[in-house]
Amino acid sequence: MSTIVENVVCPFCGCLCDDLAVEVEEGRVARVRRACANGRGLFAHYDPTPQRPTVDGREVDWEEAIAEAARILNEADSPLIYGLSSMATEAQRKAVELADRLGAMIDTTSSVCHGPTGLAMQAVGEPTCTLGEVRNRADLLIFWGCNPAVSHVRHFTRYSVTPKGMLTPKGRRDRTVVVVDVRPTASARAADLFLQVQPGADFEVLTVLRALVQGKTVEVETVGGIPTARLQELAERMKTCRFGVAFMGMGLTQTGGRDLNVSELFTLVAELNQYTRFSVIPMRGHGNVAGADQVLTWQSGYPFGVSFARGYPRYGPGEFTAVDVLARGEADAALILASDPMAHFPGAAARQLECIPTIVLDPMPSLTTRVARVVFPTACYGVDAAGTAYRMDGVPIRFRPVLPLVRPTDEHVLSEIVARVLPG
Amino acid sequence: MLGILNGRVYDPLNGLNGEVRDIWVKDGRIVPPEEVDRERAEILDATGLVVMPGGVDIHSHIAGAKVNAGRKFRPEDHRDHTRTRTAFTRSGSGYTVPTTHLTGYLYVEMGYTTVMEAATAPLVARHTHEELEDIPILDKGAFITMGNNHFIMRCIREGDRDKARDYVAWLLSAARGYAIKIVNPGGVENWKWGRNVSRLDDEVIGFGVTPRQILTTLAWINDELGLPHVPHIHGINLGQPGNARTMVETIEALEGRRAHFCHLQFFSYGGEPGKRLRSGAAEVARAVNEHPNVTVDVGQIIFGEATTMTSDGPLQYRLHRLTGNKWLNDDVEGETGGGVVPMHYRRKNLISAVQWITGMELFLLIADPWRVFLTTDHPNAGPFFAYPQVIKLLIDRDARAEVLEGLHPKAREGALLPELDREYSLYEIAIITRAGTARALGLKNKGHLGVGADADVTIYADLEDKEAMFAHPRYVIKGGEIVVHDGRLVRERPGRTLYVAPPYDPGIEAAIRDHFERTYVIASDNYPVQDEYLPHGEVVPCA
Amino acid sequence: MRTVSAKYSAGVLDGRVGRVLLAWMAEVTNMNEYFTLITGRTPKQGEGLHKGKDSEAYRRATALVEMSLEDMARLGIEEGQVVRVRTAAGQVEVPVRAGALPPGLLFVPMGPVANMLIGAKTEGTGMPPFKGLAAEVEPR
Repeated sequence: MSTIVENVVCPFCGCLCDDLAVEVEEGRVARVRRACANGRGLFAHYDPTPQRPTVDGREVDWEEAIAEAARILNEADSPLIYGLSSMATEAQRKAVELADRLGAMIDTTSSVCHGPTGLAMQAVGEPTCTLGEVRNRADLLIFWGCNPAVSHVRHFTRYSVTPKGMLTPKGRRDRTVVVVDVRPTASARAADLFLQVQPGADFEVLTVLRALVQGKTVEVETVGGIPTARLQELAERMKTCRFGVAFMGMGLTQTGGRDLNVSELFTLVAELNQYTRFSVIPMRGHGNVAGADQVLTWQSGYPFGVSFARGYPRYGPGEFTAVDVLARGEADAALILASDPMAHFPGAAARQLECIPTIVLDPMPSLTTRVARVVFPTACYGVDAAGTAYRMDGVPIRFRPVLPLVRPTDEHVLSEIVARVLPG
Repeated sequence: MLGILNGRVYDPLNGLNGEVRDIWVKDGRIVPPEEVDRERAEILDATGLVVMPGGVDIHSHIAGAKVNAGRKFRPEDHRDHTRTRTAFTRSGSGYTVPTTHLTGYLYVEMGYTTVMEAATAPLVARHTHEELEDIPILDKGAFITMGNNHFIMRCIREGDRDKARDYVAWLLSAARGYAIKIVNPGGVENWKWGRNVSRLDDEVIGFGVTPRQILTTLAWINDELGLPHVPHIHGINLGQPGNARTMVETIEALEGRRAHFCHLQFFSYGGEPGKRLRSGAAEVARAVNEHPNVTVDVGQIIFGEATTMTSDGPLQYRLHRLTGNKWLNDDVEGETGGGVVPMHYRRKNLISAVQWITGMELFLLIADPWRVFLTTDHPNAGPFFAYPQVIKLLIDRDARAEVLEGLHPKAREGALLPELDREYSLYEIAIITRAGTARALGLKNKGHLGVGADADVTIYADLEDKEAMFAHPRYVIKGGEIVVHDGRLVRERPGRTLYVAPPYDPGIEAAIRDHFERTYVIASDNYPVQDEYLPHGEVVPCA
Repeated sequence: MRTVSAKYSAGVLDGRVGRVLLAWMAEVTNMNEYFTLITGRTPKQGEGLHKGKDSEAYRRATALVEMSLEDMARLGIEEGQVVRVRTAAGQVEVPVRAGALPPGLLFVPMGPVANMLIGAKTEGTGMPPFKGLAAEVEPR
């Protein structure tokens, strides 16, 4: 007997596609339609069989694991809570509450992804729009330092390059696509215009674009490896389009200038609004990293890198962000939520997680669960756990879990730990 | 059970003007004395104290996508304004854009017990409700923006008001909203083309309808659906010199249908574009006085830091260009848009000063306190915790004169304010901050202390300094429980989210599905806000 | 202007400023063959993710370095040959794969191998230098 669940929301990446159809047979996912390989992989490979939590590799019952996790966190002077981006907002709210009550530091995967984008938004602002506006209105798309063909596989077909919209009835033919990157990526193959920029030169190119948009003359022949004449053409296109949208990613946030690169792009986009309508949408990576931003902001005032150590929230990119805290040995316990820093952090930071008591909540084994003192195999958001996630454009969507809930959820485990936080 | 004894009660909805009365509370409601077992009731001795219903704020931006973007965007707003956690409260931060828990605490410590979130785009209503759940103690509701909604505009073009009506009912239910909100009707859609509207009969690009048609249609729909509140309108030409004329025309355009105009101050300027800003409050106040179908809130300027945040996309862009301050914009598919820009109002800045004068003149020239309410359009004109400041200025003309003295010298030229010596009474303050707002909102159990009302009660010390009096109530009771005692927050508990669920013809759903295919990139089945988001939700019936 | 297939439309890391910079780096760091290293996602790394990070698929997808054909030819490196890649943060030994890269650029998929090459200096942002690292390559 199989059932098909429609309008299923995929929790893998910031696209949060909500048109999946998942066929379930005998309590397992049999088929996933309309998902990309990443979405399909997530639903198909998840084994919902309840597992027992472990303490020091030993299987224990949930009560004991929770007590041990609470003991570790209560005894720590400087605990770090990190991750959050693949959990529902209901669980994220509990995580922030836990940080508040513990006086812990709390950081999300934003700090190694779009943290610099947040810094740029705080410095210069961000003209943006929802993805439906892109589909309906955008006739010029600029993908800068991002590779959606690999990271957000259905983005082109669902939201940006090919779909037909209200003012874009011919789909692809009604749009011009520009890709800017240091190498010809799979996304570049979809472009009408590919501009290859020298690594580390995005800031110069963006600054020159701003100058060209403002009608200034630029006297060098190339900037960042790109002929100025091509940039002049791009500036003209940008000024004369009907509704332009730029998408940006790690190519800007992870290279030399980091937030300064992003600020320059955001400023360019803001200035283009003197000539036409232009927006920018950061390509949020994990399924609910946008939600983590939102929750941490509405509860603390700040989107990442927060410390509650003084009893009130303080913001410290570079100070309370996880890589810095771990690399400097400033955390004496870590609670890792729905993320895998052992796989994604620089070695100097990742290694710290083996030196301090680490607690992990994750539906699947990971490189971090391997080194953790306490592991909670919780339900997987979107697959068997219900809850809310925020799409890259800020639209919140509720999951339609396709499997019955038999494991405890992140929200539940965190609530139990919160209840055991000692005052002081 | 609770007895509040011997206080001087100001309950305008029940005609009490400082009479000494006892108030009895049981199971969260005001009850007749005979229902309370005095032996077992907690007794608050309110001798010499002023007793009012809890404050009801009719317009404030406290939760949702725009507000949170404002928080994220302004860490500089939060750093020097923090609240430390306690055993039973959460920490928080923020001045013009406080975090959720802090918002609840600050409002309650100021004696307010009900606050309406002024503008939510239905596509992201889920976000608003998640945040409202994290605002403790207060009862809340959310207004749903509809003035640039594609489905509605298409119905207007097709001349099908009934279809628009059913859609609005569906939309309010789907978004779990409290009221119809209209912001710069047609102008926000035009902003997606880089344009705006400036007259009631301008055309909305791509739809061939006008702001006038949007307003009158939604006003008609509001009456048809029997909604507890009336259409809540942020009109066209906000902030423009000479827009007093537009506001008067807009009021007249309603042709007697009931409506509420929000932060009226921003729409009450005389003068002409390119010339010096002047107050046009007299003209607008006259129109309000002559149209009993209209209520307003003022949106009074508070000198100091503010954060402008509205669904009025083109306005926010203009503010960015005018001030050079950083700018957030968000266009929302098929529905609305909006933006956020930091602002600072200065006494010595002529424009800020004229804006301040304009708001004060509106308060003093609009005759009927049941139709003019105290707001700062938080945080656009100023933070909500500055309300006590405004109360003092309304009660004490000398305090006003003192502020006038400190303004840019040219601001007084041509201003009526120096001549206006009206002083509000405590009774009238109670009207413009609770009785009148509750009545305008159609909240039958709020804003008064008659039997059956929610037991939301605020007790003030009767101080000479009215700002101090209203800033720090002695006691606040919410739903029958004492939450502020001797001026300090003593209890935290969840509040309720109030919303409407007007019935609609289910036949509309097919049209809605088509609309979704065409307009949105979210499935129509995934759009409505599910029950899980309103664990403390309560439906307010329609007429 | 339409460019359907991926073509370079701009120069590479041998502009005048680039050469001067790299020569200075060679002096300062005593490196021989120096490159700019970037890390990022690949489809196979994503697939491996789902199979589990201790799967062979994940290991194979993340333990490699992509190099341009030009550089491979110039250094006499064959497809699949193991090289040592070294940055200021650490070093790894991985096989080389030909990639659509400009000369002078290396790409390692994000994962535990890449992390051995990435330092923890975030310059006050929280963000480590995942892209744009100076790297040295030595055939083994």
